[in-house]
Amino acid sequence: MGHYDTTSLFLLAAILAPLIAGVILLFGGRFHINTLRAIGAFGFGWPLIIGLMLYSLFEPSLVGDYNFEMRMPTGLESIGIYLHLGLNGISMPLFLLAGTVGFAAGLYAMYSNAERLHLYLALLLFMLGGLMGTFASVDIFFFYFFHEFALIPTFIMIGIWGGAGRRSAAIEMTIYLTLGALLSLLGLIALYVQSGVDSFSLLELRQYLLAQPLSETVQNNIFALLLFGFGILVSLFPFHSWAPKGYAVAPSGAAMLHAGVLKKFGLYGLLQISAPLLPAGAAHWFPWIVGLALCNILFIGLVTMAQKDLKMMLGYSSVMHMGYAFLGIATFSIVGVGGALLMMVAHGLSVALLFMLSTCIYHRSQTFDLSKMGGLATKAPVLAAFFVAATMASIGLPGFGNFWGEFTIFAALAEVEKTRWIVAPAAIGIIISAIYGLRAVANIFFGQPKEEFEAQLNGGTIEDLKGFEKLPAGILIAALVIVGIFPRILSDDANRELAEIYPTVDTLPHHEVSAIPSKETHKEVSH
Amino acid sequence: MNDLLAEFLRGYTANNQWAIIMPEIMLAVLALGLLGAEMVLPKKSHGLIPRLALWGQLFVLVVAMTAGSYIGFESKSYFSGMIYQTDITQFMRGFFLVCSILVCYLGHIYLSKQQLPKTEFYHLVIIISAAMMLLVQSSNFVMLFVALETVTVAFYVLVAYCRSSSLSLEAGLKYLVMGALSSSILLFGIVLLYGVAGNPELAFNSQDALNFDELRNFIALNSDNLLVRVGALLVIAGICFKIGAVPFQIWVPDVYQGSPTPVTAYLAVASKAAGFIVLLQLVTGPFMGLQGLLVPVLSFVAAATILFGNFAAVTQRNVKRLMGLSGIAHAGYILVGVIAAMRGVAWAPYAVIFYLVTYLLASFAVFGVMTHLAGSDDANQELDDYENLARKRPFLGGILACGLGSLAGIPPLGGFIGKLFLFVAAFQAELFGLLGISVLGVVISIYYYFGWVRECYFGNASDEVIHDVKAPFNMSDRVLLGALVVGTVIIGIVPAALPIIP
Repeated sequence: MGHYDTTSLFLLAAILAPLIAGVILLFGGRFHINTLRAIGAFGFGWPLIIGLMLYSLFEPSLVGDYNFEMRMPTGLESIGIYLHLGLNGISMPLFLLAGTVGFAAGLYAMYSNAERLHLYLALLLFMLGGLMGTFASVDIFFFYFFHEFALIPTFIMIGIWGGAGRRSAAIEMTIYLTLGALLSLLGLIALYVQSGVDSFSLLELRQYLLAQPLSETVQNNIFALLLFGFGILVSLFPFHSWAPKGYAVAPSGAAMLHAGVLKKFGLYGLLQISAPLLPAGAAHWFPWIVGLALCNILFIGLVTMAQKDLKMMLGYSSVMHMGYAFLGIATFSIVGVGGALLMMVAHGLSVALLFMLSTCIYHRSQTFDLSKMGGLATKAPVLAAFFVAATMASIGLPGFGNFWGEFTIFAALAEVEKTRWIVAPAAIGIIISAIYGLRAVANIFFGQPKEEFEAQLNGGTIEDLKGFEKLPAGILIAALVIVGIFPRILSDDANRELAEIYPTVDTLPHHEVSAIPSKETHKEVSH
Repeated sequence: MNDLLAEFLRGYTANNQWAIIMPEIMLAVLALGLLGAEMVLPKKSHGLIPRLALWGQLFVLVVAMTAGSYIGFESKSYFSGMIYQTDITQFMRGFFLVCSILVCYLGHIYLSKQQLPKTEFYHLVIIISAAMMLLVQSSNFVMLFVALETVTVAFYVLVAYCRSSSLSLEAGLKYLVMGALSSSILLFGIVLLYGVAGNPELAFNSQDALNFDELRNFIALNSDNLLVRVGALLVIAGICFKIGAVPFQIWVPDVYQGSPTPVTAYLAVASKAAGFIVLLQLVTGPFMGLQGLLVPVLSFVAAATILFGNFAAVTQRNVKRLMGLSGIAHAGYILVGVIAAMRGVAWAPYAVIFYLVTYLLASFAVFGVMTHLAGSDDANQELDDYENLARKRPFLGGILACGLGSLAGIPPLGGFIGKLFLFVAAFQAELFGLLGISVLGVVISIYYYFGWVRECYFGNASDEVIHDVKAPFNMSDRVLLGALVVGTVIIGIVPAALPIIP
């Protein structure tokens, strides 16, 4: 039954390990804390280890195909669904992202003082397992399946361990995200039915649809379902209202995994499935994507500036930065889409770090209200250093991964006459994010502390970051810097893959945006 | 006398038709045996009766499943066209038996909290099961009507079983009135069809116009005849009463609330499933020629059913009414599958059956938890009674969450795959409008299903005790409820585990 080889079994293990650890922890109410941590460490660490191992084994010559493929029947063969796993240049970076953020979030959660820790860790592990599965799926049904699976634990986690207003936020977020997920499911089923290949495998769909593209109307309709379905999941304006509320009350582990990784599902779907398979649809909806993405950047950017609550501010800022990724995908060029991918990875790391640090700050200040803090750097210099670095990363300072993402997206936009004007409003967004980011840093860590907070500061109970907080933060910062200094470790494979799967521009109807290969991809594309 | 017996035996062995309804006969014998046992057995050993009922049914289940292997089952007609067996009817036999076993088990828990006669409960449940098995196998309107009436009449009694509760009596009365009305509508439709099909002036008129095959040929050629159309619509309306589709859903909330919880589960799952299989057989059989009329009508009914069920359930606080109203919404989704089958998607009937199975597993898990938590009066369970259930009884909380998650269609639970199959079938039948409405319905359903899970996992921080009694909760309860959830998860991950799959 099915076909697989040793490395693909490792891929399967990266999905199963967190799930198995999660099931064990579910019944671990009476375990000793160290047992809990040991099982957790296995579940959280294994995917990252396997991710790094598979990265080292990644075979770039398999462009257009998948590495570590495995295919197993599960009983849905009659409608062309197999458990079909594999990684390509696009999914590899996100697979690594999920592993890294999952490990950091897990480490932080294991040493947190959450009530009913075993359940908390179990749910986090389920989420991680779902995420690894999503990015490792070649079959678009399982791609969706794993995503939904990862979504539900957030509901319970927000509900049980969330902050004020958790009950309504949990329901609202779940309803909103289910709507998005179901719309995209309809889109995926439509793709399956309309293509007529009788398979949910992305490979087969792609081969078939590249040879016989769907008619333009069909493409437009399916792309609309996928754009708005995935768009809701990525908090595309005006479907973003769930995000700030949900993240504001979510416990740190859930917020880290959701904002950092799960949210990237929609973008990943757009750039791996929708855009390459439905190029005419992408061209048709191009003005919409640009318009809404600019709303994300400018409108939400201004809203972010007005926030007084640290977590609300982070939530809005993560909504805002999604706009850049949408712009990158809208360019439909290798540079732009590759930039969007880098942006997704870097943003995932930086936003997870910021959410974690905001919880660290809360533990010291007992408030998220920016106007009630100040001068924290005197007592917690390491925390301040981490937070400043993370803020700089999210603004897009060179040296961090975010810079390359934003830079290449801008480059792709500027390359073409038609999209050049977008650079100006998009660049204003950078200024906005610098304003609110730096203001938050100043309000929390520097300046004269507010009266009540001063009493706390001088009370001597506030300590600097502890070891269990430093380690995950260090891992995330290190990953950000590595991506920032050597973006090619991810982008080479990704660009090769993008050049392969995106239809060349002259085959596209009504699309004047041309794909000019970047320096990095020049060699590969020129053949 | 001896001659007669010899004659019978000779006939029996030459043409062993009775053997093909052996499971039904065995159930009838078992049901009568229970009544007999109550008379014969001394009072102190009456505790044996529920066990006899359960093990007897398990035995019948084994017989039914081994006697006719339904993979690659050959469709065949018996008793001069009264009975028509297919792989679907074989599978549904097992389905109904599983339902009645579960109902008997829950009924045992329920009855232990009540001062009510016990044996008759099992008797009626088993009779209903046998009648439903015959109902889905019937291919003649007389057979269909008799089987349906057997089911309905037995349900009249069961719904009003808790005679000390005014709500139960009210439910019984409402079900009686509505059920009688629907039966008469159904019968009227049958008679119209019979009358018009016997008209010698019409092509393909038949002397045996109650037979599905004859009727099919007749209707195919006379689909424009007004009487045919009216008759078919009346028959469909009669069935729609049974499945609780709009505009015939009005009895559902009250009856579901007033009935004893196990009976509610029986009504919600088995009775509805039987209605759907009959509907499926009618629209893909005798009424095939009326596609042009029935597809738009049923599409409208399905859309209205989905929207009504979901919107009405949103504001419900009483969990039994909530299950009833959300069950209406599920009937709407299943109707979409029936319409897809009618439009020629060959595997759509299996999608419907798969959905019914996921619905069985999930519903019985939820009703099982409800039965355990109910006090002596189980009609008034509110959502507030479930506050922080997961903290106090983590096992029951987990079962409830999985059941509700499956009903809402969350992977990796079975309900998700069920919905997937229906959606794919609907896509292939190009029912885009209904798909849109279904998605809207599913999104709304998240609100009340997850609202319930929310009460159970993170209710408002009060520490009220759940209802009055803590039901004794033994190992077999755990095993049973656990098995339902495990089954849900297994067919959600490996749908091939279900022997009948699209």
